[in-house]
Amino acid sequence: MNGIEYSAPRTIDEAVGALVAAKGAGRILAGGTDLLVQMRAGFVKPGSIIVDIKKIAEMTTIEDKGGGSFKFGAAVSGMQLHDHPTFKKAWPGVLEAINLIGSKQIQGRASAGGNLCNASPAADSVPALVAAGAIVTVQGPKGRREVAVEKIPAGPGRMTLEPGEIVVSFTLPARPAGSSDAYLRLIPRTEMDIAVVGCGVNLTMKGGTCTAARVSLGAVAPTVLLVEAAGKALVGSKLDAEALEAAAAACRAVCKPIDDKRGTIVYRTKIAGVLCKRATTIAAQRAGKK
Amino acid sequence: MSKQKYKWVGTRPDRPDGADKVTGRARFGADFNMPGQLIGKVLRSPHAHARIKSIDTSAAEKLPGVKAVVTSKDFPEQPNLVVPAGEMQVNLRDITRNVMAREKVLYESHPVAAVAATTDSIASAALALIKVEYEVLPHVIDVAEAMKDGAPLLHDHLITEGVKPVPTKASNIAKRIDNLKGDIDAGFKQAEIVVERDYTTQPVHQGYIEPHACLASMAEDGQVQLWSTTQGHFQVRGFCSRLLNIETSQIRVTPTEIGGGFGGKTVVYLEPVAVILSKKSGKPVKMVMSRDEVFRASGPAPGGTVHVKIGAKKDGTIVAAECTIALQAGAFPGSPVAPACWTSFACYDIPNIKVVGYDVVSNRPKVAAYRAPGAPISAWGVESTVDILAQELRMDPIDLRLKNAAKKGTKTSYGPVFDTIGFVETLQAAKNSAHYKSKPKPGMARGVAAGFWFNVGADSSAAAHVAEDGTVTVISGNPDIGGSRASLALMAAEELGVDYSKVRPVIADTSSIGFNFVTGGSRVTFATGLAVVNSVRDMVRELKVRAAKTWGVDPEGVIWENGCAKPAGSNVGEFEPLSLAQLAATAGKTGGPINGHNQLNAQGAGPGFGVHIVDLAVDRDTGIVEIGRYTALQDVGTAIHPSYVEGQMQGGAVQGIGWALNEEYIYNAKGKLDNAGFLDYRMPVASDLPMIETIIVEVPNPHHPYGVRGVGEVPIVPPLATVGNAIARATGVRMTELPMSPPRVSAALDEATPRMAAE
Repeated sequence: MNGIEYSAPRTIDEAVGALVAAKGAGRILAGGTDLLVQMRAGFVKPGSIIVDIKKIAEMTTIEDKGGGSFKFGAAVSGMQLHDHPTFKKAWPGVLEAINLIGSKQIQGRASAGGNLCNASPAADSVPALVAAGAIVTVQGPKGRREVAVEKIPAGPGRMTLEPGEIVVSFTLPARPAGSSDAYLRLIPRTEMDIAVVGCGVNLTMKGGTCTAARVSLGAVAPTVLLVEAAGKALVGSKLDAEALEAAAAACRAVCKPIDDKRGTIVYRTKIAGVLCKRATTIAAQRAGKK
Repeated sequence: MSKQKYKWVGTRPDRPDGADKVTGRARFGADFNMPGQLIGKVLRSPHAHARIKSIDTSAAEKLPGVKAVVTSKDFPEQPNLVVPAGEMQVNLRDITRNVMAREKVLYESHPVAAVAATTDSIASAALALIKVEYEVLPHVIDVAEAMKDGAPLLHDHLITEGVKPVPTKASNIAKRIDNLKGDIDAGFKQAEIVVERDYTTQPVHQGYIEPHACLASMAEDGQVQLWSTTQGHFQVRGFCSRLLNIETSQIRVTPTEIGGGFGGKTVVYLEPVAVILSKKSGKPVKMVMSRDEVFRASGPAPGGTVHVKIGAKKDGTIVAAECTIALQAGAFPGSPVAPACWTSFACYDIPNIKVVGYDVVSNRPKVAAYRAPGAPISAWGVESTVDILAQELRMDPIDLRLKNAAKKGTKTSYGPVFDTIGFVETLQAAKNSAHYKSKPKPGMARGVAAGFWFNVGADSSAAAHVAEDGTVTVISGNPDIGGSRASLALMAAEELGVDYSKVRPVIADTSSIGFNFVTGGSRVTFATGLAVVNSVRDMVRELKVRAAKTWGVDPEGVIWENGCAKPAGSNVGEFEPLSLAQLAATAGKTGGPINGHNQLNAQGAGPGFGVHIVDLAVDRDTGIVEIGRYTALQDVGTAIHPSYVEGQMQGGAVQGIGWALNEEYIYNAKGKLDNAGFLDYRMPVASDLPMIETIIVEVPNPHHPYGVRGVGEVPIVPPLATVGNAIARATGVRMTELPMSPPRVSAALDEATPRMAAE
C-alpha cells in the first residue's frame, strides 16, 4: 500500500480543499469499514489520498433538536447512536437499520454517512433514512446544500455528489405523537450478510388510522426506492389486511431486481411485499406504544 | 456403556496445544519464514475450458526482483498411474496437470504459471506480464449435462471404466461402479409399497479457515525442506517426490499447526510449485493462497444426482433397495462415488440391493475429500426416501430404522460383514433421548435421519521416549486436526499409569518418524492410537527388563502397575517398586536410553453410526428455516477425550446443516464461480444455530485396546436429510434439491400451495 497519502483535517472547509486538490484520487475515511477492506483487497490503488473526517466536530456529533427531530454527523458510529439517551425512542427504525451494518465490532466504527456513500443498493441504513425523510447536508467547493437522502445514490457504486462534495450530516424531521418507524431486511443467515431485500416504513397513527406513511425498499433496484404508492395505500386505512396487501402490491410493482447469487427476481419481488407488511405492522405497534 | 474403568481415558484435560493456540503462539502455515525468502504467486486461468496455445514469460522474467518463473514445462510428464491420496485415489498424470495446466485449462483458476519474486507486489506485477494465448473451448459445469452425448469433452482419451463392452468413444464419464446383493427384481416383487425419488446436491467447500500455505527451500545439494499446512506431510513428501523426480528421503516435510482441513488438505496444490520455484531461484519460496484461490481452485466436495427406490412390506420390512448416484469429479476423474455407493444402504439389513455409481468430469476444480467423502450425498437421497416410507406407512421414523437396522453379522452391499456395531444402540438412545421424548415447540416440526461411515485404519508409526527425569515423550506422525494429541497422550498415560501431564505428545516431521498415512478417514485416534499404545507397551517391556536387571531377577518376574515396576509375586523376592523416574535415572547403568517403537497397518477399524434429530420452523412467507433444537447421537466406541468427540459431532452437524440450507457453488454462464468468498458462500454463522446437543453412545470396537472407533466423519452424514425430513414434516412439501435456501424453499412452497389447496 505504498504511495498512499493521509490527511486528517479539523474543518470541513479543509477537508473539501483536500478533496479538490486530490483531483479525483481522494477517498474519504470515516469508520473505514468499507475503505480499509477495499485497500486490503487492492481496489484502492497507490496514489490515493485518504481524507480522514473523524477529527471534524460537526461530523461526529448528535443533536436532539426536540419534537423527534435529530441532526447527526455523517461519521457518527452506529454504536454512538445506539448509546444515545433519546435517539432510540425517537427513531427505532433508523437505529435498527444503522445497527445492522456489519457486526458488533464493526458498529464501533461504521457510520450512516459511509453506508450512504458506499452507494450499494443493498445498504441497510439507507431505506430507513429514506422512509424517515432524512435531509442530507452536503458541503463542497460551491458551499452548502441540503438534499433529500434518496437523491444521493445514482446507481451501484455511483452518487449524485459533485467532485469535492462531502456528506456532512443527516437531519431527521420532527414528527407528531403516534409516529414511529421500522426497518426489516431479509438475509439467508442471521448475521454477517447483505440484504436480499430491505424495507423501511415510517408512519403516524391517530385513533387507529394511519395519517402519514413513507415506505422504502433496498436491494430491489439499482438504487434504494421511495415507494410513494405504498405509503398512499396505507394512509387513511386502519392497516387492515386489505391495506397491507395494497401496500405490498405497490412494493412488488416497483421492484426491478436482478437474479444473482443473493436472490432471484421472483424471490426478491415477493419478499419486498412480505417485508412491507411486516415492517408496517412493527412500526404501527411501536407508534401505538408511544 | 463401557464396563471398564479407566483413570485417564474418558477424562477431559486441557489439550497439549491449547495454550499456544489461545495465546497466538501456535504457528500455522503462513507463519513460517526464512531469511532471504521469495514470495511465490500463481497465474490462473480466466477461462473454464481452453486450449493453451502459448505462454510467453519473457517480460515477467525481465522484471527486476523476479527470480524464477515456471510453467508446466518445468514439471516432468507423469505416467497414467493411480495412487492413494487420503481417502481418495489420484492419478499422477492428472495431478501434475492439476498442479500446473499443460495442454488445456479445465476450470476457471486452473494454474498456468507461477513466479517467485522478492516482494508480494513484484510477484503480482510479474503475473500481469505473462502472456497466455488461449483458444477458448465450450465448457460444461453441470453433471447431468456433462453425461449427455455431445457435451464438451474435457479429456479426449477418457474411456468409461467398468462398462462392458468397453466403449470406443471418449466421454466425460470416467467410471461406472456396480454393487449388487441378492436379487433386486425378486426383491421388488415382494414389496407391498415402493417409494422412488430423485435428488440433487450442489458442490460445497470444506471451508477451512486457514488457506493453503507452504514454505519450500531446496539447497544446492538437492535437499529439500518444506513447511506445509497439511493433513498428511508424508503425502506431501510423496507427491513432491513423484511429481518432481526427487528422491523421497531428500525431502523433509514439517507439518505446521493446521487451521482446519476436513479432508481438503490431503492433496497438494502449492507445494510442488514452491519446491520447483525454490530450485530454479536458489532461494526459499513462500506461497499462501487467498480465500478467492481457495474457493476457485481447491477443495470442494462434489455435487451430484441421486436416484433412490426402496421397496418394503407393510410392516416396514425393507425388501429391496436401489440407488443410482452420479457425482461431479471436477476437472479430473476421482470423485468419491465409490464410498457414496458403499455407504448408501450400509445402515440397513436389506436382502436385495443394487447400487450404480458414475464418476463424471466437468469444468470445475478437481474435488477433494470432505468428511465422509460421498456419504452425505447418498444419505441425503436414501434417508429422505426412508422418511417418506415412514410417513406413508405411518410409522415412527426411528422405529422404521430399528426394524431394518444393520447389526453384527449383517452383510453389506459392498462385501464385508459387520462385526460388533452400535447402530441399534444409537437408535435406541435417540428414541430414549430427552429431545425425542419432548414435544416440538409450537410452530416447530421434527426430523430424524441416520448416517454411516466405515472409518479407516492403515499405516501408522509411533515412538515413546523416557526422558532422564522419567517424563515421557510420545512421537507420532499425524497432523492434529481434531484434538488427537490429547487423545494419544491420554492413552499413553493410561498404559503407563502416569499422570497425563507427564506425557508430552509431539508430531514429528517426515524424517523423524516412520511413515504415516494421512490424518483422514477418522483413523488417527484408532490407528495411530494403536501404534502409540503398542509403542508404550514396547517401552514398558523394556522398563521391566531394566527393573529385572536392577533386582537381578528374570524379566518375567516383573509386572508394571500404576507407573511402577513391581515384583510379580513374593516368590520373585521382596523389592520396593521402581518408578519410571527411578528407572530413568539409572538407565545408563541398565542398558542405555529407554524407548519404545511401533509400526503397523491397523486392521479392524470400527464402523460408526450416527442419528440426528432436529426441531425446526419454516417461515412460509420467506422460506427461511430456523433451527430450534438439534441433537447428534453417535456410537463412538470409546470416547477417549469426550470434549473433542463432542466437538467433532457438533462440527460435523454444523457443516452438514450448512450443506443442507445455504452452501453451494454458483457459476455464471461463462463457467466462472460467482461466490468465491465467505460473504456469498454461506456457511452457518454462530447466531444461526442453537448449541448442538450431543449424546455419546459407546459400543467398544473389539479391535482396539480401548475400543476406539473413528468419530470425525459420521456426524456430517445425517444432517442433510435430517433437515429435509423436518422441512417436509413442517410444510408438507418434500424438498429434493439442495441447498434448501430461502429462495428454493419459498419457490417450492409457492408451487405446492395451489396444488395443496386443490387437494
